[in-house]
Amino acid sequence: MSSLVAALSLNPVSDLEQMTAYPFMVNALWAGTIVAVMAGAIGWFMVLRRQTFAGHTLAVTAFPGAAAATLAGLPLAVGYFGACGLGALLLAAVGRDRGSSTANESAAIGTLQAFGLGLGYLFVVLYGGQLSSLEALLFGSFLGITEGQVQTLLWIAVAALAVLVAIGRPLLFASVDGAVARAAKVPIRALSFGFLVLLALAVAATAEITGALLVFALLVTPAATAQRLTARPGLGIALSVALALLVTWVGLTIAFFSPYPVGFWVTTLSFGLYVAVRLIEAIVSRAALAAPGAPEPEPT
Amino acid sequence: MLGPNGAGKSTLLDVVLGLLPLSAGTATVLGGRPGAGRAGIGYLPQRRNFDPGTRIRGREVVRLGLDGNRWGVPLPAALSPSARAARSRVEEMIELVGAEPYASRPIGELSGGEQQRLLIAQALVRKPRLLLLDEPLDSLDLSNQGAVAALVQRICKREGITVLMVAHDVNPILTYLDRVVYFAAGAAVEGTPREVVDGPTLSRLYGAPIEVLEASDGRLVVVGTPEPPAHHHDRHGAAG
Repeated sequence: MSSLVAALSLNPVSDLEQMTAYPFMVNALWAGTIVAVMAGAIGWFMVLRRQTFAGHTLAVTAFPGAAAATLAGLPLAVGYFGACGLGALLLAAVGRDRGSSTANESAAIGTLQAFGLGLGYLFVVLYGGQLSSLEALLFGSFLGITEGQVQTLLWIAVAALAVLVAIGRPLLFASVDGAVARAAKVPIRALSFGFLVLLALAVAATAEITGALLVFALLVTPAATAQRLTARPGLGIALSVALALLVTWVGLTIAFFSPYPVGFWVTTLSFGLYVAVRLIEAIVSRAALAAPGAPEPEPT
Repeated sequence: MLGPNGAGKSTLLDVVLGLLPLSAGTATVLGGRPGAGRAGIGYLPQRRNFDPGTRIRGREVVRLGLDGNRWGVPLPAALSPSARAARSRVEEMIELVGAEPYASRPIGELSGGEQQRLLIAQALVRKPRLLLLDEPLDSLDLSNQGAVAALVQRICKREGITVLMVAHDVNPILTYLDRVVYFAAGAAVEGTPREVVDGPTLSRLYGAPIEVLEASDGRLVVVGTPEPPAHHHDRHGAAG
């Protein structure tokens, strides 16, 4: 996707200078940083609440939103955030707190997802087959992110994270132990809806960088990896954010110096991290089994 | 609180918690209307086990019982004296239920009995005057049933807490009960275990012949309750 392939000099200082000489790359690094922090923190709660399917559906609804915005000549961000916001409302309407079972919920979410993809395809066809950015809508691009977009992302991320901090503790309670939280007068339904809106914001913001289909590289994988590594909530969220930042920065850097797209590098890096953690876990638990009487490793 | 399924035992707990208004009559809980004295009540709902993938430490689950309903995020203990106090209260409760060896492991990986001990610690962490336990022995094997029942009795005597326990099986808890309310067929009888768990009394309540046998160790065994034992989870879909 990136037509200019820069030469890697293996000198970190000059490589960094080479990257930041391009304004589009500076914007991409800023946007990636903002999105990684937001996706890492909100994704941690999404994985804990087992709402990855809902998150994926929001990501898929981002695609018809973006396609419709392109068709109507509106900024892409309007499409992403509009469609994800609408998706959050629909998900809340079919959600588990409306008394439907988990199985009904995932069936309803799946239906919504298929419809969203179909709509997106319709908009692409209506555009006349000339939608050159289709690939970018689905798989992301770091080219052409403007300073204005970075600023919008920053304000959205600050607002979303401020809300997340304000509702953090009761949200954790409601996510881990809903029945007891309800008895302790925690507003479960309002929190559930509020979280879906935060998730929609995170998905829409992430989709601008990674594309609709690769949102999960930043939203799920760092969070899932962090949850394998620690069962402490505070540390887990910090780790999830750190991993999302790591894969974003490294992914953008490799994409800049290679002919392959950023979405591929970010997903590959986060997948690699996840696999490495699972492998180490398996080896550690084998070692613990092999040494009878050894104290069980205490996850901290 | 004993009785067959669907008799309204869990519904009564919802009323005590102030989650469900009464359609007739009045209820007074800890000297006030239900729900007003919520801070004085510890509650352990009927437990489905935690999903094995829940990667949150047992310690954190206990802590949520203390301040999980407060907005914001907790400060690190190094920065705030109240966070230190909260942490020591949590540790005290974990010690009380004997959960120290596994309190730092993810709660989803623990056994049913271990989870139940941590949840009792969670229900006790606010120093309640009244502890509501809904079928606390339901998901446990026999040896854990006895151990948890003994633990609950020891704690309520030591800390001076009234325990209101819902159960559909009398046998594992019979020796630990002070008073029994038996619900069946839209009515209830109340008294000491010996008065209530008694052939003629239960036969009148159920309107069906019930026998109560006494084992050689003094334990009572209720025989002939018209209760299909396989269906005792159904009720919660409707009540919850």
